[in-house]
Amino acid sequence: MNPATVNLATMQLVELVWLVPLFPLLGFITLMLIGRRLGEPVAGWVATAAMGGSFAAAVMVFIGMVGLDGESGERIVQVKLFDWVVAGDFSVDIGLLADPLSVTMILFITGVATLIHLYSIGYMHGDANFSKFFVYLNLFAFAMLMLVLGDNLLLTFLGWEGVGACSYFLISFWFTDEANASAGKKAFVTNRVGDFGFMLATFLAFFAYGSIEYGEMFSGAPIAQSTATAIALLLFVGAAGKSAQFPLYLWLPDAMAGPTPVSALIHAATMVTSGVYLLSRINPILAAAHDWAPSLIAWVGLFTALFAATIAIAQDDIKKVLAYSTVSQLGFMVVAVGTGAYVAALFHMITHAFFKALMFLGSGSVIHGMNDDQNMKRYGGLAKLMPITAGTFIVGWLAIAGVPPFSGFWSKDEILISIYANGDIFANKVLFILLLIAAILTAFYMTRLVALTFFGAPRWRDEVTGEAFVESDEELPLRHPHESPWTMTFPLVALAGAALVAGGLNLPFTKDLHFLEHWLEPSFFFEGKDNIFHDLPSGGTKWIVAIIATLGALMGIGAAWKLFFDKRGGTGPESPPILAQGWGYDNAVTSFMGGPGEKSFDAMAEFDATVVDGTVNGVGKLIQIDGGILRKIQNGLVRSYAALIGIGAVGVMIYFLVVGA
Amino acid sequence: MELTSTWYLVLAAILFALGATGLLVRRNPLIMFMCVELMLNAVNLTFVTFGNDLNDLGGELSVFFVLVVAAAEVVIGLAIIVAIMRRRNEATADDLSVLRG
Amino acid sequence: MELVVFLIAGALAIIGALGLILFRHPVHSALSLVLSLFAVAVLFVNQDAQFLAAVQVIVYAGAIVVLFLFVIMLLGVDKAENLSVEPIAGQRPIAVGIGIAILALSVFFIFSVSGNAATGQESVTAEKVDSITGTTTSATEALGDDQVDGTEDAPNIDQLGRSLFTDYVFAFEVTALLLTIAVVGAVLLARKPKGELAPLPAIPDRNAGPVPELEALETLGDT
Repeated sequence: MNPATVNLATMQLVELVWLVPLFPLLGFITLMLIGRRLGEPVAGWVATAAMGGSFAAAVMVFIGMVGLDGESGERIVQVKLFDWVVAGDFSVDIGLLADPLSVTMILFITGVATLIHLYSIGYMHGDANFSKFFVYLNLFAFAMLMLVLGDNLLLTFLGWEGVGACSYFLISFWFTDEANASAGKKAFVTNRVGDFGFMLATFLAFFAYGSIEYGEMFSGAPIAQSTATAIALLLFVGAAGKSAQFPLYLWLPDAMAGPTPVSALIHAATMVTSGVYLLSRINPILAAAHDWAPSLIAWVGLFTALFAATIAIAQDDIKKVLAYSTVSQLGFMVVAVGTGAYVAALFHMITHAFFKALMFLGSGSVIHGMNDDQNMKRYGGLAKLMPITAGTFIVGWLAIAGVPPFSGFWSKDEILISIYANGDIFANKVLFILLLIAAILTAFYMTRLVALTFFGAPRWRDEVTGEAFVESDEELPLRHPHESPWTMTFPLVALAGAALVAGGLNLPFTKDLHFLEHWLEPSFFFEGKDNIFHDLPSGGTKWIVAIIATLGALMGIGAAWKLFFDKRGGTGPESPPILAQGWGYDNAVTSFMGGPGEKSFDAMAEFDATVVDGTVNGVGKLIQIDGGILRKIQNGLVRSYAALIGIGAVGVMIYFLVVGA
Repeated sequence: MELTSTWYLVLAAILFALGATGLLVRRNPLIMFMCVELMLNAVNLTFVTFGNDLNDLGGELSVFFVLVVAAAEVVIGLAIIVAIMRRRNEATADDLSVLRG
Repeated sequence: MELVVFLIAGALAIIGALGLILFRHPVHSALSLVLSLFAVAVLFVNQDAQFLAAVQVIVYAGAIVVLFLFVIMLLGVDKAENLSVEPIAGQRPIAVGIGIAILALSVFFIFSVSGNAATGQESVTAEKVDSITGTTTSATEALGDDQVDGTEDAPNIDQLGRSLFTDYVFAFEVTALLLTIAVVGAVLLARKPKGELAPLPAIPDRNAGPVPELEALETLGDT
């Protein structure tokens, strides 16, 4: 085939990118209409097939894009579907932007989502609202894909809001329990604060650039630095809401009230990464902003990473540990974005998606087998009884702890190296050290989790035999841990495999192995800007940092193992309560909202009822009164009317006198 | 003193003003009607004056038509008054105020 | 000569008008109106509108006022009106004010117009032919063309008739129609009604508040 037709064929493949969000949309509509009738498990298989189709389409788009030339900008393809808003100067269309960044996102989003859909078929077995769950899941996938593929801020915002709404639906899926409903509301309201920043940024961007489409924004005339800073920081507020950075992180731990597949999909792999994606997408604006703006972002990310890590070591609920771990890892990604290491951030995003989803699903498997008990203090010794779950979980554990050759090591290392390489700025050196501490803490608390859950003596009694393995004063619960069905273990194995080999995406040894970096190049504009895209340091520095990181990880693992691995059923030292309660931040927010917050809301409602409504009603009342006064002219007397006619006639004559005919 | 048409016009204005005042002051419907006739007369005088002034027969013809229509109006008006006053013959214009707001 | 006639007729007209509005008895008012109408007829003659003067006397004074008197007689509405009381507040001052205003404004307009046309006045009146005597009343010859209006020398009624049946024939026919309608209407309205009459609506007491049905409407707005 001659090159022209080849190019044409691959170009057309990329232009079929609209198939990617179409499949989950069709799945959503189908299940909404006939899902209940399809019932369990057909509804689940329909949803999974929809996601599978989406994944196949994403792979197709990827293949098509590989065939295009990356250097010449051919890989940035915009597919316009149709006009959405046309209002004078402001026009927005439904268009999809397929460039390396978005194609990367859709690949791992659809892949992980398909596996999680499959997992959910087993996990949600027996639930009364089985099909409704998959309706929401497909809708969520559609919204997330629109978020990633949208070619303008408004379409991204559409997806943004969509995932927020679906998150609310799914967190409070078992809404008959008040706590679940509250958690859903909390997630939605906290996200709303972030959304407000996003909206303000959109308005400002339209005002500054004249358009909110990414292509036009980034290729247009440069704008004032302060405006760029404002837009970037406002978008960061939005990202902080979605990606659970301090101070908007407190919805994520509560969101664990939702079913575990929800936690895996939304709160580990996809929705929470949309904030990081957004910041990556607007990297030209970040580059045009004042230098302190990305630094601010980096420091917020670091603070979040450390803060959440310290809380995670004190949690007893297995899902809460994973939740705070997610917040912490997102902090890592935000630090990378803030220091300009976008590739490192995205690399970590991908590997994190794999191992965190894996661990969430694994924890779901454990919870399933332990009668929905989530307290790790009552676990122990499950490795032999749930081999696949334990084996895959251990892969995820080693990955997140940063032990080579697992993928987590490579991605975390990349971040650390990028920060260190920019170390001529003193602040970055501090950043490096603090992030290293966070990484050590990560290893520590994950090891604690694994030790308490899978190893050590069982702190429960066998349901069948009633036998207890350890001595205890209180009555130990009866449990029958068992391995989960294949629909649940297959995704675990698949994700474990990914967590194992995903490091190969961007090995730091030589430039040739930087597949991810080369692939993502067209998405990150780097003309004349050094701090966006820099080469990793060559030679010795790389190895030193890698060794330091590995040693730190091993140190954390060792310490935790010593403290928490106990063959006699002990659970290690008690967690300090201040850490367990998250440094009191959550309580502070709650009391503020309940106290002065509620008072101000009531005052606002009062204002609306009296002033605003009063004005509207007052206008009506005023007209009524005027009518009452004017009514008196109609007294029914002919002579009065005649007098009025006379007055009018005199008035007309005076008019002609003054003005002239 | 030359007799110009101005004199006639002033006289007509005086008659018209008197008619208007009378219409507003009197309460008896028949007298009110007669005041209307007075006003029409003043207008007729004006028309004839102008017709004479401009040597145009249109003035006199207008009077002719005004006369005819005034006659028709009086006929109908009196018929209405008869119809109302037949039942209540001490009614004045002020008593017929049912159509008030 | 004309001046004297004008002065006398004018005075009589004004006296008649004043009598019309000031007499309390309706019959006295009607007779004052007749006096006024006669005076106006004389003024018509003074302006060479003889036919109109005749028509005025015959139709207005002779038919319309007689009609008024018939109605007064028929209905017995001949009670004298009590002119000392004015039930509607402020009506008298307004009425007098309107009268004065109309008079003042009209006079003002008349004088502002006549100032422009004063010079043209004389020659126009001079040209008019006095159809009774058949002679022109002014020594100065007019523009001297008898072709201006072929009917210049004809009697007033001839001129009127010619104009009426040629230029204004449509209006003439419509007026005839109007009269027919008036007659029909009058006959219908004045018929004695057959059968039961509907009860008379009560004469409302003007000093009371708003009509009761409307009080319900007042409270509609309050929610």
